[in-house]
Amino acid sequence: MIRFDEVSKRYEGGSEALSRVSFELADGEMAFLTGHSGAGKSTLMKLIILMERASQGQVFVGGTNLNRVSGRQIPQVRRNIGVVFQNHQLLFDRSVYDNVALPLTIAGYSPREVGRRVRAALSKVGLSDKEKKFPQSLSGGEQQRVGIARAVVNKPPLLLADEPTGNLDPELSQEIMNLFSQFNQVGVSLMIATHDLDLVKRMGKRELMLRQGRLVSVEAR
Amino acid sequence: MSGRSQGATTSVTRRSDKLNAWAAHHRRVSIETLQQLIANPFSSAMTWLVIGIALGLPAILFVVLQNVADISGDWGGKPRMSLYLNPEVTVKAARNFSGEIERRADVATSVFISSDDALREFQNRSGFGEVLSTLDRNPLPHVIEVIPVSPDPMELSSLVTTWEEHELIERVSVDLNWLERLFALLVFAERLVTALASVLALGVMLVMGNTIRLAIENRRQEIEIVKLVGGTDAFVRRPFLYLGFWYGLGGAVVALLLLWLSLFLLSAPVEQLAQSYRDDFALHGPGFGGGLLILLTGAALGTLGAILAVSRHLSDIEPQ
Repeated sequence: MIRFDEVSKRYEGGSEALSRVSFELADGEMAFLTGHSGAGKSTLMKLIILMERASQGQVFVGGTNLNRVSGRQIPQVRRNIGVVFQNHQLLFDRSVYDNVALPLTIAGYSPREVGRRVRAALSKVGLSDKEKKFPQSLSGGEQQRVGIARAVVNKPPLLLADEPTGNLDPELSQEIMNLFSQFNQVGVSLMIATHDLDLVKRMGKRELMLRQGRLVSVEAR
Repeated sequence: MSGRSQGATTSVTRRSDKLNAWAAHHRRVSIETLQQLIANPFSSAMTWLVIGIALGLPAILFVVLQNVADISGDWGGKPRMSLYLNPEVTVKAARNFSGEIERRADVATSVFISSDDALREFQNRSGFGEVLSTLDRNPLPHVIEVIPVSPDPMELSSLVTTWEEHELIERVSVDLNWLERLFALLVFAERLVTALASVLALGVMLVMGNTIRLAIENRRQEIEIVKLVGGTDAFVRRPFLYLGFWYGLGGAVVALLLLWLSLFLLSAPVEQLAQSYRDDFALHGPGFGGGLLILLTGAALGTLGAILAVSRHLSDIEPQ
């Protein structure tokens, strides 16, 4: 699903955020990306959703070489990747329903189809009764679940999560992780960046650890 | 793998569905942006007023010019000639001569004004009635007013030569010079108003550009999110273009109101003034076509300003 081939990323000003990173995430696999802040986790994620371009090496997502994707084609690549952010990235002037519907509206689904899928996604994350609410009236955990519903509503084959449990207590974190496991069980590939090492251990999935831009361990489960 | 195969099949939506969804999104965005503007009546009204004044001022000037051009057109967009007859020509002979002139191929109309009619009109209008009634004899000659078919100066001068030599005619006068001057003045005024309108149109676009730039800045986070979940540039652009459209259209409505108000305020004094010269003149507005043109211009300028702003500022916003 994801393949990094000797990928380096150098930012202007000289600091190297990633150096010669190579790994592969198989179709339907779930893996954790760990490391201290500044180790390059976010950069790696950004390369996958084309927020950044590799300085060297090649990134493949679902068989597409991202080096060959032009600016106009970026939206199409992003539509096949669900992304969950630490700070949720919700639209606070829109209802929960509209937030979750956004990727579908963008992709041009009919309103009826949008309704069906949004309700399915909300019920999956246990927020069926909140669709008319606005994000600020929800708790942090609920906001995160809205973000997850939005990420999966389009049924993308790949789901990325950047510190999805960063602001949540252990119990809620576990809930979120269980939700991710459920998606994984129906075939979605997942890559989750986190520094919650206990959680990673408990989940028993593969761990990719970054240190100062280098991949230091690719532990099998 | 079931999730994946599902993802693959459902992402291929039918073309007609896509088109419908696209149209539905346009509808929705256009209504939503209008609702946003109405939800902030004060700031929207300020923008509408600025655009309305910028569009309304040249519109008012154009309408006034149009009216002036119409009056002068009524007075003879074509030059008019007055043939002053010899004093000894009788009314009957003069009337026959007028008919003869009217039958000429190069004459459009010919109106005979007898010396008595002329005197009566002069008494009524000039306020010299008292003085004139003390005269023992009518000093005015018979006049034949002729409007030639062609305004061409060559043909006019040949007509003048023909009539100057005619035995019944004492003098020929052509009301040409003042008309030429008036038309030259009108052309000049029209150019001036056009230049003014162009500058103000540029102003409208700049105002629009700035307003849209602020709107983009206010919705920076939303733009980033939309781009992150796969929104195309067209999708991101759409609400701002509609915003420009509604600002422009709203401004044009304000311009029409201003125009209507000015005409209403002007019409009474203008008609009073006109009545001392002519009795059938009334100010007329831009008409349906003119009104439509103002609305279209407003909407087009608003949208164009938005396009400029969006093309300059939207690409700066990429998710960080």
